[in-house]
Amino acid sequence: MSLVTDAKVIQNKQVIPGYYRMDLAAPSVTERARPGQFLHVRCGSTHDPLLRRPISINAVDRRTGEVSLLYRVAGRGTSLLAGHRSGDMVSIVGPLGRGFTIPEGNEKVIVVSGGIGIAPLYFFLQELAGLGIKATVFQGAATSQQVLLGNEIKELGHSVFIATDDGTRDFHGSVTTLFENYLQNSDFAPGPGAGENLIMNKSYACGPHGMLRKLSEITARWGIPCEVSLEERMGCGVGACLSCACKVKTGDGGSVYHRVCVEGPVFQSGEVSWE
Amino acid sequence: MISDSDNASISKPDLSVNVGGIRMKNPVTTASGTFGFGPEYAPYIDLNRLGAIVVKGTTLEPRAGNPTPRLVETPAGVLNSIGLQNPGVEHFIDEALPYLAGFDVPVIVNISGDTLEDYAGLAARLSRAGGVAGLEVNISCPNVKKGGMQFGGDPAMAAEVTRAVKENSELPVVVKLSPNVTSIAAVAEKVAEAGADAISLINTLLGMSVDIKTRRPILGNTMGGLSGPAVRPVAVRMVWQVYQAVKLPIIGMGGIATAADALEFILAGATAVAIGTANFVNPRATIDVLEGIEKYLSENGVGDIKELIGAAHG
Ligand SMILES: Cc1cc2nc3c(=O)[nH]c(=O)nc-3n(C[C@H](O)[C@H](O)[C@H](O)COP(=O)(O)OP(=O)(O)OC[C@H]3O[C@@H](n4cnc5c(N)ncnc54)[C@H](O)[C@@H]3O)c2cc1C
Ligand SMILES: Cc1cc2nc3c(=O)[nH]c(=O)nc-3n(C[C@H](O)[C@H](O)[C@H](O)COP(=O)(O)O)c2cc1C
Ligand code: FES
Repeated sequence: MSLVTDAKVIQNKQVIPGYYRMDLAAPSVTERARPGQFLHVRCGSTHDPLLRRPISINAVDRRTGEVSLLYRVAGRGTSLLAGHRSGDMVSIVGPLGRGFTIPEGNEKVIVVSGGIGIAPLYFFLQELAGLGIKATVFQGAATSQQVLLGNEIKELGHSVFIATDDGTRDFHGSVTTLFENYLQNSDFAPGPGAGENLIMNKSYACGPHGMLRKLSEITARWGIPCEVSLEERMGCGVGACLSCACKVKTGDGGSVYHRVCVEGPVFQSGEVSWE
Repeated sequence: MISDSDNASISKPDLSVNVGGIRMKNPVTTASGTFGFGPEYAPYIDLNRLGAIVVKGTTLEPRAGNPTPRLVETPAGVLNSIGLQNPGVEHFIDEALPYLAGFDVPVIVNISGDTLEDYAGLAARLSRAGGVAGLEVNISCPNVKKGGMQFGGDPAMAAEVTRAVKENSELPVVVKLSPNVTSIAAVAEKVAEAGADAISLINTLLGMSVDIKTRRPILGNTMGGLSGPAVRPVAVRMVWQVYQAVKLPIIGMGGIATAADALEFILAGATAVAIGTANFVNPRATIDVLEGIEKYLSENGVGDIKELIGAAHG
């Protein structure tokens, strides 16, 4: 089946003010999709706005052939997307990009999300649950109403810790602080300089750039491998235009640009040149 | 008796064109920098159906490219400031050419340099490589400090670059002009005198965009090149003017998204057309344009696409 599809909108509804969930009938996507991959979505039908918009795959139902997107209305493209009704057709390209590595099963899995960053991570958590892996999830949001999918994640069997910027729910402060506090107070996590024979932790994250940079510092200090899903403005989504460049460190102390749409969007946090 | 297959061959229009010695089975090709080195779009279309493939701009040495953001959308267009990121000509010859050799499509290599010697060196190296059907000389990139537009903006320098490439290569040479000039015809005339085999136009139009929230230019490189449907009328005008000024075949591009757009260029004087930004929106744009042209010819009883080239000039 083709990677370019006109998918029928099953439903498109506001989940909280400014955030929508769209379910599309796209069996060609659900067959192939891996957590962390994205779709390149045509939001309108005219030349303005011209480009497609990258939106992560939020969930798939392989039984019904439906794929869900969870998106924040950020500007013109996503506003148009929000205007779609069930029965409308949406042109999608994908699944695209390289997703998260599925853990072997013996690692302790940590997931850290900021805001709409939960969108691709939920699909990842769905897959983990299917494999019988329970993760510890740290979820950050601006305010209590903006905590997306918290209950659904618990229903999958994962444990969830929530941080809100305004303190209206659970931890008051940033999700990276909450996560670091947790590391300091828990006994399973290896501290800085701990030996190699401790349980391997592995972390996965998606959120604003600043949060990922901070998290990258923390996980490096604690010796926890971390995979981050990055964003960059995209032209083609398929690796041809080189607009979605991300600086990645080379072994010799230099750096090269990788394409977020092909080599990413998921990168090892240690290889990203954070600036 | 006429068999069915004879019938088919009688009714099927002739789409083949010759661009300064580059024989194309149809007039549809790709715009450099928008189609990678080919494999990027292979999952979406049969590359063998293209008239030619024009690959991403190549330089002698690898280039890292410009800081991000490198792309910003504008009304019906995009501004890009990629800055000619590419792995260098040796890597291109070792990695990309063998892949492209697997297809029955002429490969046109887009070359860029900072100096005349760079262009001469690239021409010589690519001529020896084998598997290259022609060179497209980019004297018009607005996104690099040296070379680029500095060559394309001055008719005498454009001619010098053309001569340097011609002297170092037997391959057909297509010179890609910059639209960021007062008189495109004047540049085309000088390039033709210097021995170019064909001309392609347009490259991107220099532009910029400012973020009203941060009050700073959006692109990492401040300015960038505008492409997409927004530039089409400018491109059609330039194809028209160059067709009148010189006798060389023209590869027309700038905002082509549909067969109707492509036909506009052909009627204005283009022998072939390149699809650029439209690939980003519709990965099958090249094939959609090709099929639309075929349909137009059949429906209008045109037996040969060459009848349409420049037909708008009366
Ligand atoms: C791989 C990937 C996956 C993504 N997944 C999701 C998702 O699941 N849910 C979701 O809500 N969003 C996601 N995004 C972000 C989403 O693509 C942008 O919000 C969207 O393109 C904005 O389009 P717009 O037309 O609504 O906004 P525009 O009118 O284009 O811009 C509005 C604002 O968004 C900023 N912006 C535009 N494009 C991007 C971009 N690519 N990255 C960051 N900021 C941008 C602009 O600077 C501007 O301030 C993802 C981005 C990437 C690269
Ligand atoms: C992302 C991008 C990269 C480009 N890179 C090159 C390049 O390397 N060499 C070149 O000659 N032109 C380059 N161009 C210009 C295109 O080949 C073409 O001339 C221009 O985009 C106009 O056509 P379009 O409107 O169909 O895109 C680039 C354009 C874009 C959008
Ligand atoms: S968006 Fe074109 S290379 Fe990534």
